[in-house]
Amino acid sequence: MKEENVIEVNQLTKTFGDFTAVNTISFEVKKGEIFGFLGANGAGKTTAMKMLIGISKPSSGEATVAGFDVYSQPESIKKNIGYMSQKFALYDDLTVKENITFFGGIYGLSRKKIKEKREQLISELGLENISNKLVGSLPLGWKQKLSFSVSLLHDPKIVFLDEPTGGVDPITRRQFWEMIYKAADQGTTIFVTTHYMDEAEYCDRVSIMVEGKIEALDTPKKLKEQFKVDSMNDVFLKLARIPSPTLPKGKRENTDCN
Amino acid sequence: MKRFIGFIKKEFYHIFRDRRSLFILFGMPIAQILLFGFAITNEINNVDIAILDHSKDASTEEVINKISASKYFTVKQILTREADIETAFKKGKIKAVLNFEKHFSRNLIKQNQATIQIITDATDPNTANSITNYINAILQNYQQEKNRAIVVEYQIIPQARMVYNPELKSVFMFVPGVMTIILMLVSAMMTSISITREKELGTMEILLVSPLKPFQVIIGKVVPYIFLSVINAVVIVLLSIFIFKMPLQGSLILLALESVLFIITSLALGILISTIAETQQSAMMISLMGLMLPVILLSGFIFPISSMPVPLQIISNIIPAKWFIIIIKGIMLKGVGMAFIWKETLILMGMTLFFIGLSVKKYKIRLE
Repeated sequence: MKEENVIEVNQLTKTFGDFTAVNTISFEVKKGEIFGFLGANGAGKTTAMKMLIGISKPSSGEATVAGFDVYSQPESIKKNIGYMSQKFALYDDLTVKENITFFGGIYGLSRKKIKEKREQLISELGLENISNKLVGSLPLGWKQKLSFSVSLLHDPKIVFLDEPTGGVDPITRRQFWEMIYKAADQGTTIFVTTHYMDEAEYCDRVSIMVEGKIEALDTPKKLKEQFKVDSMNDVFLKLARIPSPTLPKGKRENTDCN
Repeated sequence: MKRFIGFIKKEFYHIFRDRRSLFILFGMPIAQILLFGFAITNEINNVDIAILDHSKDASTEEVINKISASKYFTVKQILTREADIETAFKKGKIKAVLNFEKHFSRNLIKQNQATIQIITDATDPNTANSITNYINAILQNYQQEKNRAIVVEYQIIPQARMVYNPELKSVFMFVPGVMTIILMLVSAMMTSISITREKELGTMEILLVSPLKPFQVIIGKVVPYIFLSVINAVVIVLLSIFIFKMPLQGSLILLALESVLFIITSLALGILISTIAETQQSAMMISLMGLMLPVILLSGFIFPISSMPVPLQIISNIIPAKWFIIIIKGIMLKGVGMAFIWKETLILMGMTLFFIGLSVKKYKIRLE
């Protein structure tokens, strides 16, 4: 493994019965990089991500995350990554403070460390006045920012974000991306899936998955040149418009959200 | 270990901040035990009856006095004609009518026999039956008193003795059943709901991506409910002993151990349900339909198993509650020790292991 690669994926495949959700994908992600993982619904993004974060076993191929093998060392992977899912995933019936304490606790941070992190995080997000309020009463945008910060609590090497900005307004999305940049500047690798093509432009490199395969992988600038278009949106449309002769749409939808 | 304590703390926040679950946890047990103890009862008490007395002589008066003096019956109405009987029943208050024939005393003395017709409202057959039996018993008693002077040549005197519950209190029958229902409800339903809630909200995924191992997550979710179930069991036993005067003949420690065993059986069932159900709603439905109904109908809690049709008797064997009810009744009422309930205990243990094994298998399949 090369020094700067924190994720290396080689011919990774996942099949469910005779359906291939992820088909021999290969890529590397460098340390500190913001890596965009794009694809239509059902293209296999979530399935691929689940294999990388150690909650789904690949059918074949190789992958290492943070230097650990996805087959034999999923526990070590889990200690070194952060994860934020597309469903908002803090506890609504716990306060801001309690959520931070809880998640710090399950990552094994010391009580002192948790307290320190909690105060730092609350002041950074400007949540001083509402730190004792239940998370359920906060606006969605704040919850998502908080959720992202919580996924960074244990200083993970890589943080996986699964459609983190679904359903929030453009201003909050903008702020969210500023947080992502800040984390990347501090050396955290960001692996992010998204639907929004303008967000794809913010990534250092993007891969586009179509029907289980990676059809394109490069910097946004080079991809636009390659496909001779002006925006990532057009790149995506060009790739995703390829009709699917092999599978009915419904079946692909299912495997992606399982 | 520290992670674990944090986890359990969080679980308690969930429970104490949700009014609904708090009510199910603490309101239900008390409400149920009081309901079954006071309101729902098979016993006959203060039943309203009416009298239609065609003789109005000394003997009928004695009989009527005897009946109204018992705590079981209250004479509410004196009827004057046969036609009134129907009306009295239809109004609903009167459950039985005693119809004395004409010349009751005279017949009794001259022909050595007189007739009383007992008419009961059999819309509720059990009550009707009990009323008839009670009235019969009072009449027998009256007869014996009258016959004391006369020497009877042959006489069989049955001496019935009701052991383990001499006063035939129905609350003694309900307490073990209610305790079983509550432990089942709290342990199985609440855990399955709380686990599926994490699935529904997406937090389960976050937990599985964390360094916590899946079994730690499950144990962390289950421990608070063991604790709460034990509290509930204690409250129920205290209520039944101090309010309903239920005896505790056997060993308290044995009762506690057996209760913990049943709590674990129920928790294992709850975990199993949560591996099947994807939403809180379906977890609740499965718990109610799959657990509560069989417990109420087939465990012998209300309807005696021995009078069920054979297929249902066979099915009742796979219901853990049946075995637990036998155990509690044995310990509390009969005062038996392990020597008499080891079989039931082994069955519960076996069921528990089976449920846990099945959940582990299901859980693994899901993670693949």
